[in-house]
Amino acid sequence: MIWKIILFLLMSYVIIAGISFPIVEKPEAWYHFPLIPGLGENAKIIFFHVPTAWITVLAFLMSTIFSIKYLRKKDLDDDGKSQTALELGMVFCILATVTGAVWAKFTWGEYWSWDPRQTSIFALLLIYGALFALRSAVENEEKRATLSAVYSIIAFVTVPFFVFIMPRIMKGLHPGSADDTNVGPVVNFKMNSNMYLVFVLSVVAFTILYFWMWRVGSRSLNIKEKLLKNYR
Amino acid sequence: MNRYELKLDSLTKYFGRRLVFRDLNIEYSQCGIYGISGPNGSGKSTLLKIIAGISTPSKGKIIHTAEGKEIDTAEIHEHIGFVSPYLVLYEEFSCRENIEIMGKIRGIEPDEPHIARLLETFGLADRQNDRLKFYSSGMKQRMKFIFALLHKPALLILDEPTENLDNEGKNKIYELIKNYSASNIVLIASNEDSDLQLCTSSINLLEHK
Amino acid sequence: MKAYHLFRKDLFSEIRNRYAINSLAMFIIVTISVILFSVGEETISDYLSGGLYWVVVFFTGMSGLARVFVSEEERGTTLTLQLIARPETVLSGKLIFNLVLTLAMNIVITFLYSALFPAFVIKSLMLFFITFILGTLGIAISSTIIAAIISKAGSKGTLYPVLSFPILLPLILILINLTKISMDGTSFGEAIMDVLFLASYDVVMLSVSYLLFDFIWKD
Repeated sequence: MIWKIILFLLMSYVIIAGISFPIVEKPEAWYHFPLIPGLGENAKIIFFHVPTAWITVLAFLMSTIFSIKYLRKKDLDDDGKSQTALELGMVFCILATVTGAVWAKFTWGEYWSWDPRQTSIFALLLIYGALFALRSAVENEEKRATLSAVYSIIAFVTVPFFVFIMPRIMKGLHPGSADDTNVGPVVNFKMNSNMYLVFVLSVVAFTILYFWMWRVGSRSLNIKEKLLKNYR
Repeated sequence: MNRYELKLDSLTKYFGRRLVFRDLNIEYSQCGIYGISGPNGSGKSTLLKIIAGISTPSKGKIIHTAEGKEIDTAEIHEHIGFVSPYLVLYEEFSCRENIEIMGKIRGIEPDEPHIARLLETFGLADRQNDRLKFYSSGMKQRMKFIFALLHKPALLILDEPTENLDNEGKNKIYELIKNYSASNIVLIASNEDSDLQLCTSSINLLEHK
Repeated sequence: MKAYHLFRKDLFSEIRNRYAINSLAMFIIVTISVILFSVGEETISDYLSGGLYWVVVFFTGMSGLARVFVSEEERGTTLTLQLIARPETVLSGKLIFNLVLTLAMNIVITFLYSALFPAFVIKSLMLFFITFILGTLGIAISSTIIAAIISKAGSKGTLYPVLSFPILLPLILILINLTKISMDGTSFGEAIMDVLFLASYDVVMLSVSYLLFDFIWKD
């Protein structure tokens, strides 16, 4: 219960602060955000875009880890946890892609330009899609769990290749990629402490939200499976 | 007398969350014919697949021992012969070609006299160059036996061995099984009383739920 | 040796049935024709032709490389294989078959392509040759393990490209890039980093395949 209250408070603050606090050239009051050259007013999307991207990666990681746990222990509950992480991860991946595309339109003029980070999130979306397609194509529970685990591991292994190849092949538009001399607001601390606070709180709030949804989701999935077995 | 032993240790199998059988503890260390009975769907075929190393149990384990040394799961197939209703051989090849190919993939040297004897015993010698596609179901069943005995296994696993066979075929199989069990272990899973009558002892899977 | 005999079995089976060869040959012709027809009078730039080359290779692979495992499942002979060979032997045998098949198909595609697309001109032949070999290897390896996975699922036909594409994507990207720079005339020495990436992709996918195959193969 305490977590739900904390989550509510954090999220409220993040949403209100993130959207309504003004961006000014010379921040003076505690609710002013500095102007970052090249970003301007739409910098605020950072409070929502970055956390969703972070969560989708975390979800994929968790899904893979629980999949591997299943391979070792053959406990279908682990597969349920893995599946829930997958479902949530897909939702957040879509959110990250969409918020990213919207930001891209306002900042660079195009919704999609195959910038390395955009391509990476797209690749992650493809992997999620593939895992969903695979799961719906296998009837037998254990086979389904085993095959998704194997595919998750294979997909996970290709990730480092992506991370290394992309910058070599494509020029980056993202703040903080190969071509940009402006290293980016997060790394360079161009955000002042107000903005930074809201940003960190946003990441924390989204993470709590994710874990809460994951716990509820995986528990209900596992209970549902246990109940259904009596009717099969 | 062979020194092959098979041990089932607390063997349990679930399909998803549905129990098939639980806590099977049996040891087969003497040559002979042993039966596994139970109605359709009781898990006989599943048990045989687990013994053959093709399926994995949910809990417990299978231990195959030859000459006192335990056999690794990946090598079990070298020591067992398996006959089953859902075994399908390569129908685009002839009986002879199947034998040759299987032998080569197994990595065993072709034993011509042995092969000739098997073909003779199962009455397929004059049809050995015809593709399996054109065999009758009885002939296919007999071919499965040749496949199972090709590499002279110490453990013979038979799931519904007399399926598709006429009376003459059945009797021939019974004779073969009796001869084979003099120096090897034979496991039979069946619904047929005549099959189970051959067995010195039987277990009923229904008792292990 | 045993894996080699498994490959031979598949080869003889293929010679008798000619399922895969026929459909692959037709597929290559159809794909290239579709591209030629849609392009019409327009000229394709050199880089574009390089990229399209790997598109043709990818889709041709998708139409023929799943056969090694799917045909065994569909005919019910998977059990037979499980009874005569260890899992590693099965994987090796199927890999050899897919490698030979991919190599043959890529050679055909390369010849047809160079003949029909005038912009497809490679200046650094050595670099392209290495790219071709390592790329063929990579496609064969990844396609084989994914084929094993989908052979155990339903709706295999459509599932195969869906699962293969994310795994093959990094490979395709490096291959397109290497093709591009080999058209430019980049020397092998300059491209060594990319070639090493390519080789490491092959090695990693090969190891992962062997490590995970057991789980897919056994019930």
